Amino acid sequence: MRDVAIIGIGHTKFGRATKMSHELFSDATLQAMDDAGVELKEIEALFQGAALPGFEEGQVMPAAFSAADLNLGPIPATRCEGACASASVAIRDGAMWVGAGEYDMVIAGGVEKALMMGTSFASRTFAMACHAPTEGPVGLTFPGVFAMAARLYSINYDMPLDTVREKMASVSVKNHRHGALNPLAQFYKKLGDLKVEDVINSKFVADPITLLDCCPFSDGASALVLCSAEEARKYTDEPIYILGMGQGSGGPLSKMADLTKPVSRISSAKMAFKQAGLSPEDIDMLEVHDCFTIAELIALECMGFFDWGEAADATADGQTEIGGEIPVNMSGGLIGKGHPIGATGASQVYWVVKQMRGEAPRGNQIDPVPEYGMTDTLGGDFGTLCHFILGRSKK
Amino acid sequence: MVGKEREEMEKELKGYTVLTHAEYEEGIKEGKLLGLRCASCKKITCHPMPVCQWCSGRSLERTELSGEGELMTFTIIRVPAEGFEDDVPYIPCLVKTKEGPCVVGRLDYDAERASQVLISKQVKLSGAYTHKGDKFSGGTHTCPVFEVIG
Ligand SMILES: [Zn+2]
Repeated sequence: MRDVAIIGIGHTKFGRATKMSHELFSDATLQAMDDAGVELKEIEALFQGAALPGFEEGQVMPAAFSAADLNLGPIPATRCEGACASASVAIRDGAMWVGAGEYDMVIAGGVEKALMMGTSFASRTFAMACHAPTEGPVGLTFPGVFAMAARLYSINYDMPLDTVREKMASVSVKNHRHGALNPLAQFYKKLGDLKVEDVINSKFVADPITLLDCCPFSDGASALVLCSAEEARKYTDEPIYILGMGQGSGGPLSKMADLTKPVSRISSAKMAFKQAGLSPEDIDMLEVHDCFTIAELIALECMGFFDWGEAADATADGQTEIGGEIPVNMSGGLIGKGHPIGATGASQVYWVVKQMRGEAPRGNQIDPVPEYGMTDTLGGDFGTLCHFILGRSKK
Repeated sequence: MVGKEREEMEKELKGYTVLTHAEYEEGIKEGKLLGLRCASCKKITCHPMPVCQWCSGRSLERTELSGEGELMTFTIIRVPAEGFEDDVPYIPCLVKTKEGPCVVGRLDYDAERASQVLISKQVKLSGAYTHKGDKFSGGTHTCPVFEVIG
């Protein structure tokens, strides 16, 4: 496969948007194209992550209309859906086509507009990414699934649930601290000095997950211009290379051997490391899928950054902050930055690229700039997992 | 002459499902947890799948599980999805059956008293919960309900 590079990035302000989904996606795409200095006619295909557009705006087939909104002509435009990992699926598919030599330049990204649905209906539609036949009638929600995982984490590692909750809360405190410094984040200038007690004492959504253990519902879009590595330097002095990609699939909760060790995530991360020829020790920063606080701990362990059961203490100990073993979610993560589900995977890549360019917000920027970064995106209750390993230089 | 006899094509139509999901749900309503026994590895698959959940074996026959097992984990839903407002608070749970497979269901227990000590307790199938469904659920669906027995 040919090497693939990211030459342009775009990202709308996350939070409540008045624009419609296609407008948000066009905003992010044009920003990415301006960033890359490429013209519309150079784009050969479009890959768009969008999880629930049919419920949000009564729109299916949004990718074709996005291509039309940008006057991209009759190029192939494909919607990719893997629930909250939709954009990462889109980026991986786009990169595969470029890598395979079919296209030299594509747009890949995602969009979501969930806030207008309101908590009740949004929870219903998000829960559609649970296994409908068995988890549907139970009334399981995503916070519910991760609440079950948190209780199991406590049992597996013989750590009292109250202690697990404190360590989980430290994820929210950290990610909100970062989000509060990020002008594109939903909670910019908000919740930056959150305390562990605030998280623990906020309302239960699904016991033991509280409101402040959760990421918000969000609107937003993010897009990337992907290009073959041999062409990339024509457009930019600082292409960021996609060194490794992984994707894994899970299934119904009841078929999982252990909710705290999802095989889909372990397998996807391994796939990415293998392709990159790198291991966790080589990675300088992470953007991981902290849809709920416990999810960040599980992600770090599955990806091999901490031993089983050790991410909780490490996080509470500051090991996932700047200066620790591995800075995690310097953008604010899903918790601080917001989680427009169809866009999140592209947003994660966007913030890794920003870090590598030295363009992250002051206070969140890692110094010196990271050489290797990695993203982790999760769809559903471990149903779709994607990982990207990015680097400032080719292997 | 090219083309295939239509009668032959009709004869070839065949389902690969030994136990359908609808039959599984009917079983729960009758107080039975139905599953499949694999001829290759002898293990039990539940909820039903077209192949063995352990070894992917294709030779399956129907069986009935004891309905007993161990509570693996649970949660108490306080903020429900649309359509579940009347149930709040309720307790989704994951049960590892005596026969091996796990099943997701509801736990029949006082939500205000439910705590971490429930985990690992023995439970048994005590009923069925049928949700009324909505425009998106493809009709009503039923899940197992468990009670703590020790
Ligand atoms: Zn078998």
